[in-house]
Amino acid sequence: MTETGFPVLSALIFFPLLAAIGLFFLRDERTIRLYTLAVGLIEMGLAAPLFRFDLSTAAFQFVEIMPWVPAWNMNYHVGVDGISILMIFLTVLLLPLCVLCSWTYIGKRVKEFHFCLLLMIGACVGIFSALDFVLFYIFWEAMLIPMFLLIAVWGGPNKRYASLKFFIYTLAGSTLFLAAIVAFFVNTGTFSIPELMTHEYAFNFQFWTFLAMALAFAIKVPMFPFHTWLPAAHVEAPTAGSVLLASILLKMGTYGFLRFCLPLTPAASEYFAPLMITISIISILYGGAIALGQRDMKKLIAYSSVAHMGFVTLGIFVFTLRGVEGAIMQMINHGITTGALFMLVGAIYERSHSREITDNLGLGKYLPAYMFFFGLFAIASFGFPGTNGFVSEALVLIGVFEANYLLGALTIPGVMLAAAYMLRLGLKLAWGQPSQAMTWADLTPREWVYLAPLAALVLYLGLMPALALQTINPSVVHLLNQYETRRTLHLESSLQPEPPAHIAQLPATRGTDQ
Amino acid sequence: MIFHIELFIPELYLLALIGGLFVLTVGPQAWWRFLRHLPLAAGIGIGVAAVSLQFSGQFPSLMFYGAYQVDGLSQFFKLAIFLGLAVTCLNAMNQPGLSEEKRPDYFLFLCLSALGLMLLSSAVELVTIFLALELASYSLYALIPLRSREPAAAEAGIKYILFGAVVTALAMYGLSYILGVQHTTYLAELVTRTWSWSETPAALIGIALFLGALFYKLALFPLHFWCPDVYQGASNETAAFVATLPKLGAVVVLVRLSTLLDPSMEVTLLLAVLAAVSMTFGNLSALVQTDLKRLLGYSSVSHAGYVMLGIVAATPAGLSAAAFYAVVYLLMNLACFWVICRLATDGRNLKLDDLNGLYQRSPGLALVLAVSAFALVGLPPTAGFMGKLFLLNSAWMAGYHWLVIIAVLNSAIAIYYYLNLVRHAYTREAPVTATGKVQPVPNPGLLWGGLLAAAVLWIGVAPGTIFSMAKVAGAALLP
Repeated sequence: MTETGFPVLSALIFFPLLAAIGLFFLRDERTIRLYTLAVGLIEMGLAAPLFRFDLSTAAFQFVEIMPWVPAWNMNYHVGVDGISILMIFLTVLLLPLCVLCSWTYIGKRVKEFHFCLLLMIGACVGIFSALDFVLFYIFWEAMLIPMFLLIAVWGGPNKRYASLKFFIYTLAGSTLFLAAIVAFFVNTGTFSIPELMTHEYAFNFQFWTFLAMALAFAIKVPMFPFHTWLPAAHVEAPTAGSVLLASILLKMGTYGFLRFCLPLTPAASEYFAPLMITISIISILYGGAIALGQRDMKKLIAYSSVAHMGFVTLGIFVFTLRGVEGAIMQMINHGITTGALFMLVGAIYERSHSREITDNLGLGKYLPAYMFFFGLFAIASFGFPGTNGFVSEALVLIGVFEANYLLGALTIPGVMLAAAYMLRLGLKLAWGQPSQAMTWADLTPREWVYLAPLAALVLYLGLMPALALQTINPSVVHLLNQYETRRTLHLESSLQPEPPAHIAQLPATRGTDQ
Repeated sequence: MIFHIELFIPELYLLALIGGLFVLTVGPQAWWRFLRHLPLAAGIGIGVAAVSLQFSGQFPSLMFYGAYQVDGLSQFFKLAIFLGLAVTCLNAMNQPGLSEEKRPDYFLFLCLSALGLMLLSSAVELVTIFLALELASYSLYALIPLRSREPAAAEAGIKYILFGAVVTALAMYGLSYILGVQHTTYLAELVTRTWSWSETPAALIGIALFLGALFYKLALFPLHFWCPDVYQGASNETAAFVATLPKLGAVVVLVRLSTLLDPSMEVTLLLAVLAAVSMTFGNLSALVQTDLKRLLGYSSVSHAGYVMLGIVAATPAGLSAAAFYAVVYLLMNLACFWVICRLATDGRNLKLDDLNGLYQRSPGLALVLAVSAFALVGLPPTAGFMGKLFLLNSAWMAGYHWLVIIAVLNSAIAIYYYLNLVRHAYTREAPVTATGKVQPVPNPGLLWGGLLAAAVLWIGVAPGTIFSMAKVAGAALLP
């Protein structure tokens, strides 16, 4: 465990929240933007100690624990492991980029906008680092409020409908999650997530808590029947809102599956795996097919998100090492590429004032730099070799094929669909006729600045994914070992109810798994 | 008779305040300017109650022949009542629609009602409880119609009195059954008696009828029907009082009575069902309201259901959760009413559309409204969430799994109408005046509204202190 003495995670969570208060004292719009940008850069600096992350252990690191409500055994408990640390890096990186991409896009109520942005980032870091169930739930729900305002205040023409749908959908999904948290607490007497992971639960209990949690996460991801809020929210949200939605918010669902469903309810996870896999494959194929027919660029990318997130849940629920690693990589990569694509759509929207593909044709000749970035992120999105998307999709596919050939075969059309809709979009944007882009300016230096880091990450993670994989590997190995042991343990204990029997078998089972 | 003046200070202080107000009502008009200092005087009361809370463990706590108990629970609630009284007095200071000569009487009745509630929080004998309850109610009967040029206020007053009288009569009738069967009215002795259908059916009917009087105060289904009408008819400032403080009184007596309950009892199951129906009915009815006070009226019906989660659990954890939630409810509702009262400068009833563009007219008030609305839903990081979490925990521990699930599903219903408040305030544009400018809220009183909102947030983030006070209060009742 790396103890630095400096509360890195608390600083990352609370610095944006405190900085948000400072916004109240500023008046000038430019100062507000510069201030928030500076906050974003300092936040990135604050994240630097996280690079001392120990790659050799699956234990939680940078742990901070403080009593919070002793009467209910609630603690302020944060920490990171390989599953969450990359998401924290991504979250922190996105703050300055979001400020930059909203520099001219957001023209009204600038102060409130940046206020919401800072609250979002603080809450999102909190979600990925919370190790106390209640703390997690607080960030999970608190994040909804600034996101709702981002859509409802700065959104497009249909913003009221979209923001309400987003809020009610996600809140309704997570109400039962709260009941599940209460049930876990009453069953074990603790809210501490690492401690809860060491307990065994009866199958019946796992069955219902899995369902309650999976509903909340599936809506957030979103998986097939619950995805309808996503296109509406994406289309109406301002650029920064779409970026945060795609890059971080959707990942919270899959992170929830990894952090809670697999370790806490392993037997139920296995029981429900066929269902989750089926839904994932439907998401991949359905999302891809619908994306193929879209005329609105944002809607197209939104549906492609449904498909990409289907790969993540698929990778998780095949329970193979490569599948889960691929899923985590896909979370990061989708965050990078889709976030960047939304930024690009926002950039072109500022020129054409339309998100329709037909209004943005033939950019290749007049906006070559724009088209370069768009092409790069588009091919990364469908997993072209050499880009980050390839690494994660290949890992997921290998994991799926390891589990079952037929399953693998079913996902291949999804990969082809991704290429089809992305290439269709790219072709039209680059060479479509008639083009109206003659008078449009190419990328400004500001746009270069916020696109270049993401482009660098696309290539870095595509060509040298080793460091990222090393980071997540110990945690994933640990997660799957735990899952295997406790899944089998559970079956044994239900067959032969004498406790000494499975205590004796515990080391043996672990040995065979490794 | 045991009598320790140290323990009785909050009541004496309030009584002195009432005496002063009485002198004002009969005195010359020149004295009325002293009314300005009433919120401050009530605020000092908070300090007085806090001091007596410190003392509460040091003396034998039963007074007046065992009818009056001063313990952590009662002093905790007295503190909360003073807090609520101070805020409502402050809120009602410049009440539009209340003529100048009625103002001393208005505040006199306000304080008298608070005194009744304060006595209620210490009463441990059924007749004393009954009398305190009546003191609190009768003052309100006089307050509700005090609203000029508003026939609905008279209607609301009559409704409240008539239904209140019926419920009171029923409670009295129930009391006679309890006394007849159990031969005592002291709670401490009632606890030791048997309560079952097979042995003492009449006593059970009696306690059910007596509880009815409290449910009427709490606005729990099926005795909730007065609530939206009275809120709508009474002036905004009076509604702020009726919606908050009497609930505290009802909760504290229910907490005391719940020591009689036992999860295996039929009555307890009935209460749990009432809680479930109350929250669902309240939330569903609130969905279609356009009048803000009616909306809050139905919301308080559903909140009455939430509080019952802790009461039916009847464990120390449950009782302290209920006490905690009652205080949180007081704060968040007062914050919400604060915004309404500041907006309705002419004292009229506000519709949802009157909130349009509140962020332009007064960003601070819009924020206070947003915080209180999200707290009422039970969304983190507000106190509403913490209160609800504690209630859910205690109910689940007592085995009411179905009730917990109904409660969490209800927040999904409730979000729609609370969110509506925020949507109107933030996403709609304010009406513009002839000059093309948005009219700002003239006197937003941001300091106090902001403090209330900050308290709601603070208790949500760090509920430890208040909850440990509530815990001491709850633990004192049950071993």
